[in-house]
Amino acid sequence: MAIRTENNKAWLFVIPVVLLVAFNAVVPLMTVVNYSVQETFGDNLFFWHGLGWFEDVLRSERFHASLARQLLFTGIILAIEIPLGVMIALTMPKKGPWVPVCLVLMALPLLIPWNVVGAMWNIFALPEIGFLGYVLNEIGFDYNMTQSPLAAWFTVVLMDVWHWTSLVVLLAYAGLISIPDAYYQAAKIDGAGRFAVFRHIQLPKMKQVLTIAILLRFMDSFMIYTEPFVLTGGGPGNSTTFLSIDLVKIALGQFDLGPAAAMSLIYFLITLGVSWVFYTIMTRHDVR
Amino acid sequence: MATIALDKLRHSYMADPQAPEDWALKEVDINWSDGGAYALLGPSGCGKTTLLNIISGLVTPSEGRILFNGQDVTHLPPDQRNIAQVFQFPVIYDTMTVYDNLAFPLRNRRVDEAKVDRRVREISEMLELDDMIDRRAAGLSPDAKQKISMGRGLVRDDVNVIMFDEPLTVIDPHLKWKLRSKLKELHQRVGVTMIYVTHDQTEALTFADQVVVMQDGEVVQLGTPVDLFERPGHTFVGHFIGSPGMNVLPCDMRDGRAFFADTQVSIENGVQGLKGDERLELGVRPEFVRFADTGIPAEIIKVADTGRNQLVEARAQGQRINVLVPEGESVPSEGAHLMFDPNKTRVYANGWLVEG
Repeated sequence: MAIRTENNKAWLFVIPVVLLVAFNAVVPLMTVVNYSVQETFGDNLFFWHGLGWFEDVLRSERFHASLARQLLFTGIILAIEIPLGVMIALTMPKKGPWVPVCLVLMALPLLIPWNVVGAMWNIFALPEIGFLGYVLNEIGFDYNMTQSPLAAWFTVVLMDVWHWTSLVVLLAYAGLISIPDAYYQAAKIDGAGRFAVFRHIQLPKMKQVLTIAILLRFMDSFMIYTEPFVLTGGGPGNSTTFLSIDLVKIALGQFDLGPAAAMSLIYFLITLGVSWVFYTIMTRHDVR
Repeated sequence: MATIALDKLRHSYMADPQAPEDWALKEVDINWSDGGAYALLGPSGCGKTTLLNIISGLVTPSEGRILFNGQDVTHLPPDQRNIAQVFQFPVIYDTMTVYDNLAFPLRNRRVDEAKVDRRVREISEMLELDDMIDRRAAGLSPDAKQKISMGRGLVRDDVNVIMFDEPLTVIDPHLKWKLRSKLKELHQRVGVTMIYVTHDQTEALTFADQVVVMQDGEVVQLGTPVDLFERPGHTFVGHFIGSPGMNVLPCDMRDGRAFFADTQVSIENGVQGLKGDERLELGVRPEFVRFADTGIPAEIIKVADTGRNQLVEARAQGQRINVLVPEGESVPSEGAHLMFDPNKTRVYANGWLVEG
């Protein structure tokens, strides 16, 4: 019989992390859970409300509308950023003096703080003095993102694409340069065309990093707050009020702690659920 | 299938090669006949992979021509040369099944599906891949993957030559033998010209009818495995092939006779062509050295039993001489003398066999 020794010392090393996570994530989350099942009328008096807030939120048209906007936004930016990022990565040089130049250029947008990105694009899009706004109006578009929801959406999406496509590019590029030359040589000898090389060599080899890229972009864009808040403030009207902007309005604007807490938890579960389903589907082939 | 001729090939990876060491390939002239099994043998960095890539079309030579069946293909891209190549690490298309992997080169060439199916089944059976034909190629063992890369070359009936670039590198030792004999069997069955690049002498000598030994971008000898063993054309060949390699000893000539350590040694080759200013060496394989009562006095340093033989390390005049003694024969302990087989002992000038 084999002797199994269990070394429990590892727990000692895990404990600090557990404590840290407990204090910065679990404990605050529990406060939210606490709020989500109670009603208050001020004076720090709380009354048990059961799952009432959850029902309210799930039935609320306002929540449905911002969830729909959120899904639409995330869908659009994923549909643009992932293919665009892969395309840019494919055209980047594999070796030579231009590699670092391209990499730095690509990384630049990622280094800019989120609220700065929002402020930059706000000015950029001003119809009278912003370069984008001015040019668009000059060439005949009636572009004003503070008045037209379509223009606001266009600007928010463009801003996100500008800010985050680089991340996809860098990840896809990392996947691409790890492909040994022999694969390309073999494909040449096998008579494979450009598309076949992409379909059967590059795409499968990029699958892992693209999974990560999609997951990161999904989570980040689903929780997006700062950039659209600075750029449009959720307007015009409610047209760019995404989930997190709406949540902040309810929690801090209206100070409805119960509904805001319930909404946070639903929001959190949606993000977690979608990420989990996606990850499971993308990696199910890897398990043998 | 085709004859392959390499006509005054030279290649350098530099834009403006000046010194001899700038050339990765120094001038290679070889004619290979149709359906042969050839090996390119040499240490890492000797230019064998460059030569292979030139033949396959992945590299265009700086000078010289490559002819397939007398037709100049020097500037044709790989896909138009009708060649196949098996790389050091198995290259397979991960997302496809074994079947689709094998069918890939044919489908790219728009061969009709009925023929694709017939060829794929035929080849997979030949390679013993038929029981895993519908499995995804990604999960297979390295040797199965390497068989698939081989199979992608074999399915095409128009291949001129199949090239192997150290294909057994990642294969487990016990499977190497199996795969190697499979390869030999396939060669006999299909009759395609095959070129096998390796730094492993056993692989080269067991696979090929003719071996090209390379060193520093130069072909040092081209011959059958027996030639290479019995009559090395260069001390490098003698040293590189054989285990242990040939003994290379300093030598001087007096009146047309060869001497080592003041003892005259009978040699096989004529030495009339010598000018007198060359660096002279004696080459004799450990297999052709034996102990005798007279000859070169030597002391025994070490005896190692290799199973079938005893490998004796002797020393004479500060020179190490390896001797292979068949199992069962005794090794003298003191006052030993060494005799070299006169038919297998030769003089080398500046490394090259003196032909006279």
